[in-house]
Amino acid sequence: MYVAVKGGEAAIEAAHNLLAHERRGDPALPEITAAQIREQLSLAVNRVMCEGSLYDPDLAALAIKQARGDLIEAIFLARAYRTTLPRFGYAEPADTGAMHIRRRISATYKDLPGGQVLGPTFDYTHRLLDPALAEAGSAPTPERAAAAESEASPHVTALLNHEGLIESNRPHDPAAPVCDVTRGALAFPAGRDLRLQALARGDEGFLLALGYSTQRGYGRTHPFAGEIRMGEVEISFVPEELGFEVPLGEVRLTECEMVNQFAGSADAPPQFTRGYGLVFGHSERKAMSMALVDRALRTAEFGEEVVAPAQDAEFVLSHADNVQATGFVEHLKLPHYVDFQAELALLRQLRAEWEADRAAPPARHAEAAE
Amino acid sequence: MRICAEATEAELERAFADCGGVPDAEDVRAPEAGLVMLRGRIGGDGGPFNVGEATVTRAVVRLPDGALGYSYLLGRSARRARLAAIVDALGQDAGWRERLDAVLVAPVTARREAELAERREQAAATRVNFFTLVRGED
Amino acid sequence: MSQSAIQPAFADASRGAQAVFRSVMDAMSRPGRITPLDAGFAPPAPLNAAAAAILIALADFETPLWLDGPLARHGEVAEFLRFHTGAKLAPTPDAAAFAVIADPASAPTLGAFAQGTPDYPDRSTTVILQVERLTPDGWQIAGPGINGHAHFGATPLPGDLTHQFKNNRARFPLGVDLIFAGPSEIAALPRSTRILEAR
Repeated sequence: MYVAVKGGEAAIEAAHNLLAHERRGDPALPEITAAQIREQLSLAVNRVMCEGSLYDPDLAALAIKQARGDLIEAIFLARAYRTTLPRFGYAEPADTGAMHIRRRISATYKDLPGGQVLGPTFDYTHRLLDPALAEAGSAPTPERAAAAESEASPHVTALLNHEGLIESNRPHDPAAPVCDVTRGALAFPAGRDLRLQALARGDEGFLLALGYSTQRGYGRTHPFAGEIRMGEVEISFVPEELGFEVPLGEVRLTECEMVNQFAGSADAPPQFTRGYGLVFGHSERKAMSMALVDRALRTAEFGEEVVAPAQDAEFVLSHADNVQATGFVEHLKLPHYVDFQAELALLRQLRAEWEADRAAPPARHAEAAE
Repeated sequence: MRICAEATEAELERAFADCGGVPDAEDVRAPEAGLVMLRGRIGGDGGPFNVGEATVTRAVVRLPDGALGYSYLLGRSARRARLAAIVDALGQDAGWRERLDAVLVAPVTARREAELAERREQAAATRVNFFTLVRGED
Repeated sequence: MSQSAIQPAFADASRGAQAVFRSVMDAMSRPGRITPLDAGFAPPAPLNAAAAAILIALADFETPLWLDGPLARHGEVAEFLRFHTGAKLAPTPDAAAFAVIADPASAPTLGAFAQGTPDYPDRSTTVILQVERLTPDGWQIAGPGINGHAHFGATPLPGDLTHQFKNNRARFPLGVDLIFAGPSEIAALPRSTRILEAR
């Protein structure tokens, strides 16, 4: 039961003013702009776009500024903003095979067609703090090397599957509806389309921990990073009134294909199976975690036993959304005075009964003890 | 419509400035911001699934000669959407198409190709060849 | 392009839609009360301005529309609505989220539209009846949103609408909600309203 409280308007307004004051920090320093956040804290912007489930770098940067860098608060702001806009429809599925590649690596195939491209990565850095960055200075000019004008970048997992040892993606029924968690409540069993959507907007930390748990043995899936790619993909859309595809522009995406060992079952031969991750922006850890959890959630599909949290779709999908999670956890700090008074009254009554019981004729207790 | 998806707002403004200003057009649908749900494919090539929404702005204009122009573009710029719709409407006229090729398509294509080449070459400089080293008893 | 005849709708899409939403909400929450609704634009005939404004404010690509015979026969009506709402046309009344009736004489019965399901009673059709006139006399009605009872009438209407609406009320919480769209005003009879007495 909810019981409303009233009052506190002046205090709430003063608190919000104080928040705005704190947000500004030391006024002797220049105020940060949303454009600076967009350009220089771009991985935070990417995370807000991904989990806010709203691709708009300027809005995500503004949300981070408003939230004082609290990314879950910024994600909440992005989710709230999206509810104010009408939806025009569903885009055509992005063709990640036609991505303008900025980074593409494989931990399974050394010699990729087109080669391994490291791109802008933290990998192989020494994780030593760089004091030079404490001072403003010019960033180095990136090296350039000759590149073919348009290099095809096929998905290597499928390409190198000469022996049929890797599971093929299932052909799909174009008439089948695509589940949308923003349009209907989560229902179980959840199809892979719904699971992937919920994972794509799920909390990075939660999915990272679940992915890690599968590696440590809680639902082991023996993963390899078959391919990770990041770059720009063109998006197109068919407006109802036009009836043909129009290009909307391009978005940056990160895609991860995990290849997982599978010993086989009565129905399926031993083969590599696959887990898939696709997220907004450059969000590699998120894409990898998503792929690990996607594969773990396919446990039942391969006739394996569901034994670990990461394999339990209801557990994973019901707790992956950090806006839902923070809403329910943080609501505990809002006034619950009436609920608490009710609990208190109940507890007093129970305590009185308990004490009356203890004070009651000892004979009964004594008999019970014998 | 493709060139408008690639052109920035400033490039559209410059193209119209080069043509003596933005032609008159009636707003059949004034620029409106909304959302389009973006989709991927399961495993990269399987059935579709919803990844998340993107902001999109659309507009429809009508020129005095009756030609309609449409635009749907990522982002929230009302001005860019309206200019793009005017480009779409003008593109139905052969004379205008020629002028737009010169003032819009050519410079945007050149800028875009230079950017793509830069991106490709920067990526190519980070191409790596890993060697596997045989270790063992013998 | 064939669509060069398409006419603009709201001058300001979001404010226009918000004002219409407010009118519809007022009308639904005070059944039978005649509520002004100024669309500010002229849709292609025989679609009337209030019905068009309601659809443009409320319908989108996820809400199939059903148009009755006279509306469906005029291709420019469907084209206008597709352009401004993005909605698809529903093949049958029971597949529609919104339905518009221009000719009451040939209207399907209320039971032919989507009635919702016990779990989701909201998945029913909102039926918009185009009328020439709304009047504060006629049926005596009662129910939620009405203090005691009220009077409401409209013309022209399907002959047995009183009987049909009683059946509709009997299906509660399933059933359709009715909006009567006059030239520049609307009124509503949601499924919770009872007709006490026909006049």
